[in-house]
Amino acid sequence: MTPRQKRMVLVGLILAGVAGAVFLALTAFQKNLLYFYTPSQVAAGEAPKDYTFRVGGLVVQGSVKRSEGVTVRFDVTDGAATVPVTYTGILPDLFREGQGIISIGKMNGQGVFEASEVLAKHDENYMPPEVGEALKKTGKMPPTTYKDYRK
Amino acid sequence: MIAELGHFSLVMALMMALLQAIFPLWGAQRGVALWMAMARPLAQSQFLFLLTAFVCLTVSFINNDFSVLYVAEHSNSSLPLYYRITAVWGAHEGSMLLWAFILGLWTFAVTLFSRSLSEEMLARVLGVMALISIGIELFILFTSNPFDRIVPAPVDGNDMNPLLQDFGMTIHPPMLYMGYVGLSVAFSFAIAALLGGSLDSAWARWSRPWTLVAWIFLTFGITLGSWWAYYELGWGGWWFWDPVENASFMPWLVATALLHSLAVTEKRGAFKVWTVLLALFAFSLSLLGTFLVRSGVLTSVHAFASDPTRGLFILVFLGVVVGGSLLLYALRAPMVKDNAHYDFVSKENLLLLNNILLVTASASILLGTLYPLVLDALGLGKISVGSPYFTAVFAPVMAPMFLLAGIAPMFAWRQADPVRIFKRIGPVFLASWVMGIGLVAVFFKADDIKAMAGLGMAIWLAAGALLSLYSRVSLRANFWDGLRSQSPSVYGMTLAHLGAAVFLVGAVLSNQYSVETIVRLAPGESTELGGYRFKFEGVTEVPGPNYRAKEGSFQVFKGEKQVAELKPQKRIYKVQRNTMTEAAIDPGLLRDLYVALGEPMDKGAWSVRVYVKPFIRCIWLGGLFMMAGGLCSVADRRYRLASAVVKEPAGGMEAKGVA
Repeated sequence: MTPRQKRMVLVGLILAGVAGAVFLALTAFQKNLLYFYTPSQVAAGEAPKDYTFRVGGLVVQGSVKRSEGVTVRFDVTDGAATVPVTYTGILPDLFREGQGIISIGKMNGQGVFEASEVLAKHDENYMPPEVGEALKKTGKMPPTTYKDYRK
Repeated sequence: MIAELGHFSLVMALMMALLQAIFPLWGAQRGVALWMAMARPLAQSQFLFLLTAFVCLTVSFINNDFSVLYVAEHSNSSLPLYYRITAVWGAHEGSMLLWAFILGLWTFAVTLFSRSLSEEMLARVLGVMALISIGIELFILFTSNPFDRIVPAPVDGNDMNPLLQDFGMTIHPPMLYMGYVGLSVAFSFAIAALLGGSLDSAWARWSRPWTLVAWIFLTFGITLGSWWAYYELGWGGWWFWDPVENASFMPWLVATALLHSLAVTEKRGAFKVWTVLLALFAFSLSLLGTFLVRSGVLTSVHAFASDPTRGLFILVFLGVVVGGSLLLYALRAPMVKDNAHYDFVSKENLLLLNNILLVTASASILLGTLYPLVLDALGLGKISVGSPYFTAVFAPVMAPMFLLAGIAPMFAWRQADPVRIFKRIGPVFLASWVMGIGLVAVFFKADDIKAMAGLGMAIWLAAGALLSLYSRVSLRANFWDGLRSQSPSVYGMTLAHLGAAVFLVGAVLSNQYSVETIVRLAPGESTELGGYRFKFEGVTEVPGPNYRAKEGSFQVFKGEKQVAELKPQKRIYKVQRNTMTEAAIDPGLLRDLYVALGEPMDKGAWSVRVYVKPFIRCIWLGGLFMMAGGLCSVADRRYRLASAVVKEPAGGMEAKGVA
């Protein structure tokens, strides 16, 4: 092969590699995008049926119920609508009633969101931005419970 | 007073940085020796002012000076002294000061270890570093001043985030920043070389040790971060593909590519243009990481600042640095000629492939990290990209990378004889795969293709590294002479490749064979997992310096023999009233036993999370191996000898530069 041909082969290989990588990336991308829905959107039936997505809001006061095992059931609200959620496992340390959380999972046939993951942040004043926006939309943003350390 | 002194020092540091940017850069352009000579003293005094500022903030923390807003927000009089010092970089303002301080430290190091550099080159390098300093110092002074006062001063502070009250916090951020910011040296060398039009192998030899040291710190910082997340977050994982982790991983991948490409540029004078581009990218990605973490656009454990002006400032700064350096590159790079010739089958081309794969991997992570942000900014919906995306893309890119890393060291520069090499490595290659498949089949599962592929690859990588060392050594008649005659950088490469293999063993086996259970246990009950029996003895109250803890006690048995006692805690921190889970781990090279308390249930029972994770220690051990490999290579005398050579007149430099 002449040097020129060799270079062309190399360039071809690189292009093929990059094309392969892009293809892989895009297919993986399609499968793994997680969309966020507010409880109102879920109630309106906008959320996908058999596709994993994220739903977030405030945990409704007094809604957390534990069963015998390690399954927990609670309601999540954005002020306008609520979605019942079940989760089997250990909730994060900062999971509390009245706290903003995000859960990842799927809707089951009974209109219950089966969460595979529940996220609450390690800061009690923290509001997941998606949840904050959803609450602002419904006008139900809770007053901040910011501790005034100046006293 | 101390806070004011700190603030004043920071302003002085900015002044020094301004002078350090203007005079040396201008002087180098005009050839004014006096102006160029100002670079070194200015850089050193800038460092002294930064040091003073940093010490002042630390003293404010030690003295519990709650009239300083930042101290009041992030410390408390009941916080132990050790964590009061750590709290200095526990939040946004302080960690930016740490960033600036470490940049000062690297600049100072350049002034000390640069006797071999020409005055002109040194002036340019320090000038470029000063430009970066100016950006960061302006950012601190205008948007995130840690020395702001609060009137009236509160009686006590708001305490450090309990999640951060850990040894990991003491060491992970400084190490990571040493790595991030260290890449600015390679960046400055690249810019200086582009400005001066002197992109030659001497340039590569100068930047190589600096890049290597930054890479060592970055490797260490990421390894530490992964280990810390594993034991502290109580989720039992070691890598979450969290955007902030990605932000540190992208520069690491590009820096790894840069190290390999610098080797080619130094030894063969090839890839010059590409190497420079990598140096620019590596630091740009570091800055991007800083932007992602510090601007509050991301939501993660790490992101605690969310002030739009800060985000905007860093974004503009990022734009100036990346845009400016790429513009300079576009103007200057076409003038650089690669005069090296090499065959199609050669080490050069294999290293080029390595670079392409590493950069592709980095780009795919960048896509997954930035895509949600872009979509959100354009108002097209809120999405997040889950870790399945990253694993799906990352594994196929890394597989050929590891395969090639096994053979590449055997290839000769310029022209390699593939037939001879394949004859030599063929049996080893086969044996590695047979061994990988066999080990998995015997000890784990007979039909686990993923684990077999992973383990086979790891053994192949290790075998390839050792085989290449052996073939170098066997050129000498006497084995010990052969070992002694190898340069440290050969051992460095061997160790680093072995480290990658060890890491791969840990990643594959712990991912495939970790077992986990979440159960409700009453005192006296036990649960079986992975051949171990975990017996729950109950929970007792334990006091801590600034928290109360409920401590569970677990006896772990294998058969009838007790192998460990684990005491996980649930802590409630008194000031912020946060609950924290402290997992208990019995570490071992072959397996970790991991227990974390969940929530209290009725009748003294608790929900409990139990893991048995085989070989997970290998992940961090591999990181340490890579780091040790880096240290070996830095110790290579060649860098010091070579730098002595460069002092000779230009002609001599050219001649020896190629050797």
